Amino acid sequence: MNYIQFLEMRPEVSLLAIFVAVFVYDLVARGKWRHYFHPVVCLLLMLHTAICLGESYREAELFSGMYYTCPMIGIVKTILTGGTLLLVMQANKWLRSANTTHKQGEFYTLLLSTLFGMYIMISARHFLLFFIGMELASLPLACLVAFDKYRHHSAEAGVKYILTSMFSSAVMLYGISFIYGTTGTLYFADVANNITGVPLQVFALVLFFAGLGFKISLVPFHLWTADTYQGAPTVVSSYLSVISKGAAAFTLMVVLIQVFAPMIKYWQTILYILTVLSITIANLFAIRQTDLKRFMAFSSISQAGYIMLAVIGGSKEGMSALVYYVLVYIFANLAVFGIIETIEHHTRSNVSRDDCNGLYKTNPKLAFLMTLALFSLAGIPPFAGFFSKFFVFMSAFKAEFWVLVFIALINTVISLYYYLLIVKAMYITPNDNPIPYFPSSKYSRISFVVCLAGIILLGICSFVFEEIDKFSFGM
Amino acid sequence: MIPAEYYLVLAALMFFIGVFGFFTRRNLLAMLISTELILNAIDINFAVFNAYYYPEHLEGFFFTLFAIGIAAAETAVAIAIILNVYRNLRTIRLKSIKNLKF
Repeated sequence: MNYIQFLEMRPEVSLLAIFVAVFVYDLVARGKWRHYFHPVVCLLLMLHTAICLGESYREAELFSGMYYTCPMIGIVKTILTGGTLLLVMQANKWLRSANTTHKQGEFYTLLLSTLFGMYIMISARHFLLFFIGMELASLPLACLVAFDKYRHHSAEAGVKYILTSMFSSAVMLYGISFIYGTTGTLYFADVANNITGVPLQVFALVLFFAGLGFKISLVPFHLWTADTYQGAPTVVSSYLSVISKGAAAFTLMVVLIQVFAPMIKYWQTILYILTVLSITIANLFAIRQTDLKRFMAFSSISQAGYIMLAVIGGSKEGMSALVYYVLVYIFANLAVFGIIETIEHHTRSNVSRDDCNGLYKTNPKLAFLMTLALFSLAGIPPFAGFFSKFFVFMSAFKAEFWVLVFIALINTVISLYYYLLIVKAMYITPNDNPIPYFPSSKYSRISFVVCLAGIILLGICSFVFEEIDKFSFGM
Repeated sequence: MIPAEYYLVLAALMFFIGVFGFFTRRNLLAMLISTELILNAIDINFAVFNAYYYPEHLEGFFFTLFAIGIAAAETAVAIAIILNVYRNLRTIRLKSIKNLKF
C-alpha cells in the first residue's frame, strides 16, 4: 500500500479531518465552549475552503483507476465547499434556536458527510464508488430534511424525500446491473470501450437517468421537490437546491460523456425531452405558488432544466458553461434562501408572497439584495445570471439544438414574470403593516455581502469564466 | 445446472413486483418493503451476471455486498423517519401525509 497516493486526494482528506474535529468538539465541548461551536465550525470550513482554493490540482488516478481527479474536478469541489460555508453562516440563527441548539453537532456532521459523498461522487470512475458516493450524498440529507423533530411538516418532507430517493436509486441500480451484464466491467473507461448500444444498454441508460434525474429534480422525477423544500428547514432546502443539485448535474455530464459516449444520439433525445418538460412545466407551476419556499422549489426545477442545456451538447464549452452556471446560481439562490430564512426566523411562520408586501419600506437592504438575486436568477443583463444563461444557451446553440434554445428563451420571459411578482410585492404593493424592521445576524450579513459581490462581480470579472474554461473537457 | 435466464426472469419479476407494490401500497412500511424487494432483485442480477458470464473477476459479487450494506443503511434511516412521522401524526397511512401538496 502506497500511502503517498492519499496526498492526491487532499480535498477529501482535509474534509475528513474537519469532520473528525467537529465530531470530537461536539463530544468534549461543555459550558461556554458550546457557545463557540458555530464560529469554530465556520473557521474550520473557511480553512478548508482556503485549502481547496490554494491547491494546485493536477491529474491523478488512485485505487487502480477507481478515483480520478483533475483541475476541473478540483474547481467544482471548491465551488461546492464555498457554497457550504456560506450556507453554514446563514444557518446561525436557526442553529441557536431552542429546539436545535443541543443538536448542532449532528447538523454539522451530517452536512459534512453529504459534502464528502458529493466529492466521491464527482471523482468516481467506477460504478461502485459512484453509487457509494451518491448514497452518501443523499442519505444524510434525508436526516437533515427531517431535522426539526417536533414539526410534522419536516417529518412529512423527510419521508417523501427518503422513499423517493430509495426508489429512484434502486431503479438506477437495476440499470447499472444491465450495464454490467452486457459489458462485464464497472470501470467507466472499460464500459465506454465495450458499449455498443444494444437494446439492453438503451434500457439501462433510461433507468440510469432515474437516479441522477431525481437528484437534479428534472421533471418526471421532480414530484418530491416542492413538498420537501417546503417542509424541510430552510437551510436544508437551500442546500438541496444548490449544492446537491450542482454536484449531481456535473456528475451526470461526466458519466454521459465518459461512459455513454457511443450512445450520444439516445441520451441527447432523452435530455431534449427532459429539458423541455422541466423548464416549461416548472415555470407554469411556479406562477401559481404563493409560499416562497415552494415557489423557489419550482424555480430551481426550471433552473435545473437550463443547466441541462449545457449538458446536452456534451462539449467542452458545455462543461465550462455548466460549472459557471452552477457557481452563479449558488450565489443568487443562497441569497434568496438566506433572506427567506431570516424573515422566517423573525415571523416564526412560513413566508408567503403577501408577507413580502411593503418589505422595501421597513427592510430596504434585504429587499434590495432580494431584488438583485431574483434579477440574477431571471437573467437580466448587468448581473451574473445573464452571462451564465448566455453561455448555457450558446453551448446548446453550437450543438445545433436551435428549437430547444428557442423554447428555453421563451421560458426565460415567463420566468421573468414570476420573479418580478415578488419584486412588485416588495416595492409597489401597498401594505399598512409590513414586517417591521429587524436586524439579521452578523454571520448572515457577511454571507449576504459575499452573495451580493458574487451576483454583481462574477459577470463583470471575465477571468473567472476564462479560468474555468481553461480546464474543462468534453467528448 | 440451472440456466442463467431463470434467475434473470426471477430478478425481473421481483423488480416489477417491487415497483408495483411501491405504487399501489398505501402504508409507508409496505412501500419500504417494496423498495427492499427491488434492491434484492438487483443483488440477484449482479450475482448471476458475475457467476455465469464473467467468472474471472469478482466485481459483481462485491457490488452485491456493498449494495446489501447500503440498503440496510437506507432502511435504517427510512424507519427512523417513519417513526418520527408516527410520533407526529399518530399514523403511517399514506392518506394522512397530506399537509404539503400542490
